[in-house]
Amino acid sequence: MDALVEIRNLSKVYERGTQKVEVLHRVNLDIGNGDFLALMGPSGSGKTTLLNLIGGLDSPTDGSIQIAGERIDQLGEGALAKWRASNVGFVFQFYNLLPMLTARRNVELPLLLTRLGSAQRKRNADIALQLVGLGDRAAHKPSELSGGQQQRVAIARAIVSDPTLLVCDEPTGDLDRQSAADVLTLLQQLNREHGKTVIMVTHDPKAAEFARHTLHLDKGTLVEDAAKVEA
Amino acid sequence: MKYLHLVLAALVRRKTRTLFTLFSVLAAFLLFGLLDSVRTFFDQAGSGVAGVDRLITISRVSFTLSLPKSLLQRIQATPGVAEVTYANWFGGIYQDPKNFFANQAVAENFFDLYPERILPAEQRRAFHDTRTGAVVGQSLVEKFHWKIGDKIPLQATIFPQKGGSNTWTFDLVGIYRMADPKTRAQENALFFNWDYFDEARTFGNGNVGWYVTKVRDRNQANRVAQAIDALSENSDHETKTQTEQAFAASFVSQFADIGLIVGAIMGAVFFTLVLLTGNTMAQAVRERIPEIAVLKTIGFTNRSVLGLVLSESAALLVLGSVLGLVSASIVVGSLRTAFGTGIPMQEIGGGIWLRGVLLAVLIGLLVGALPALRGMRLRIVDALAGR
Repeated sequence: MDALVEIRNLSKVYERGTQKVEVLHRVNLDIGNGDFLALMGPSGSGKTTLLNLIGGLDSPTDGSIQIAGERIDQLGEGALAKWRASNVGFVFQFYNLLPMLTARRNVELPLLLTRLGSAQRKRNADIALQLVGLGDRAAHKPSELSGGQQQRVAIARAIVSDPTLLVCDEPTGDLDRQSAADVLTLLQQLNREHGKTVIMVTHDPKAAEFARHTLHLDKGTLVEDAAKVEA
Repeated sequence: MKYLHLVLAALVRRKTRTLFTLFSVLAAFLLFGLLDSVRTFFDQAGSGVAGVDRLITISRVSFTLSLPKSLLQRIQATPGVAEVTYANWFGGIYQDPKNFFANQAVAENFFDLYPERILPAEQRRAFHDTRTGAVVGQSLVEKFHWKIGDKIPLQATIFPQKGGSNTWTFDLVGIYRMADPKTRAQENALFFNWDYFDEARTFGNGNVGWYVTKVRDRNQANRVAQAIDALSENSDHETKTQTEQAFAASFVSQFADIGLIVGAIMGAVFFTLVLLTGNTMAQAVRERIPEIAVLKTIGFTNRSVLGLVLSESAALLVLGSVLGLVSASIVVGSLRTAFGTGIPMQEIGGGIWLRGVLLAVLIGLLVGALPALRGMRLRIVDALAGR
C-alpha cells in the first residue's frame, strides 16, 4: 500500500503560560492510501494533536507532514484552508453541525467553497445523505435528529466534497452502542467500498476493531504498531 | 449570495435578541430620517431658492430696523438695477399664535419680481385695486379652508392701527402657487398692500422693512450690491445688500446652527447604537465560536469568516435602517399631510436614503469589526477543545 501520509520527526510543543508541554515527540509514521487506522491511547497521550496535525488544523513545532506528496506543514493559513477543503473530511465527537441549518444545508457547507452551482450543490448533498442512509431527513434540523443520525449527517458533510482522507476524532464517543456500530460500519464501508483513507482517534477497543490497523500513543510517542489482518 | 443563508441563519439564531436589536436600529434610523429631513429643509432654504438675480437690502444694524422709502428712487437709479420692490414684516396672528405663517406688507410690483409665485392676472389686478386685498399661498388656503372673497382678520403684534384697533382685516383676492412643487413650503404666506399698511399703522410711516432689487446681469450682482450700499454710507440708515440666497441662509442661521444640533443629536444616538449593536454582535460571535471553528475546519479561510461576520452585522444594520427610514417616510408624510408643507421637514428623498443606508453599512462594519477579527483569529484546535 502506497503511503498517503508520511510523518517524519514530528514534534508539537504547547506553551501553557511560562511552561512548555511537549505533546508529541519525534513521531515517525506512514499511513497507506486506503488504510483505516485507529489511534488509541490514554488521555493526554497526543492522539488528538496528531490527528489535528494530519488534518491540517494545527502546525507542528518540528518535523514534517507530507500528504499525497504535499508538505502541509509548509503551507500558510489560506493555502492550508484550501487544502483542507479539497483533501480532508472531518468527523467530531459532538457532530458539530450548525444548529440553524437543515441536514442538507449542513452537508452542503464544504461545497460552498467550490464553484458548483446551487442546484448541483443540493444534488451532491442529497447523494451524500443517501449514502449515509439519511436521504429522507434532508430537511430536518440537527435538533430533530438522534445522536447517531447527527453523526451520520456529519459524515455526509465530511465526504460530500469527495476528500481522500477522513479524520475522525472519537466519532462514537457520544453515541449508544447500536448507533456507534452503525457509524463505524459506515466508516468501514467508506474505507472499503469508496477507498477513503480513514484515521480515527478512539478510546474504545471495540471501535478500533473496525479499523485495519491500530496504533497506540503514550506520552507523545508511538508505542505499538498492532497490524491487523483484514477480516 | 451563496453565503446568504449562513448570514440569515446566524441572525435568526437568537430571534428575540435580534428582534430587540433590530428595533433599536429602527428607532435610531427613524430619528435619523426625521432629523435629516429637518436639516435638509433648512439647507435648501439657503440654497434652493429661485431668483439668483435678486438682491435683498436690509439695515446694516439689524434686520428689524427699517429703511426710508426715499431710498427707492436712488436704488432704482443705480446702474445695473432692473427693478426694485419693497416689503415689511407684519407679524400678524390668525386666531391663535399656533397658526403661525409669514405675513408681509408688499409693494404693488412685488409679484413682478417673484415670477415663481404664480398669481393669475385678474387676481393680480384685484390685488392692485383692493386697498385691503390680500394674496395667500395655496397651501395656506388649503390649511384654513379659505376661498376668494373671505375676510381674514389678523391680530397685530407690532403695528396697531391708528384707530387703536389691533385687528387688521384683509379681503382675500388672490391665491398664488409656487411654480416648483418642491418649494411649496413658500405657499405658507400672506401678502397685503403696503400702501394700506403704511396709511393705517401708528408708527414707522414712510419706512420699509427691506428692498428687493432685480439686477440686469446676475454676474454683476456683487457690484450692484456694493453700489446700493454706497448710497447710504455714513448715514443713519446704512444698508447691507446681499443675494437672496445669502440672505436666506443667514436668516436660517439666526435660529441656530441646525446642522450642528442635528449632528450632535445623531452623534449621541449612533454612539449608543454602536455600543448596543457592538455588544450584540460580540455576544453572537462568542456563542458561535465552535460553529466558526467548524467552518474554518472545513476550509473557510480567515477572510471568509471575517466577511461572514461583517455581512451579518451590516445586514442587521441595513435591515434596521431600511425599516427606520420607511417609518420616517411615513411619519414625515403624515406630518406634512396633517400640518401642511409649512412644517420644516423635507420629504425623505434619495439623498436621505443614501446617507442613511451608507451610515448603516458603516456602523455595521464598525460594530462587526472586533467580533469578526475575533472569529478570524481564533485557533481551530483551541475553539474545538472549548479553550
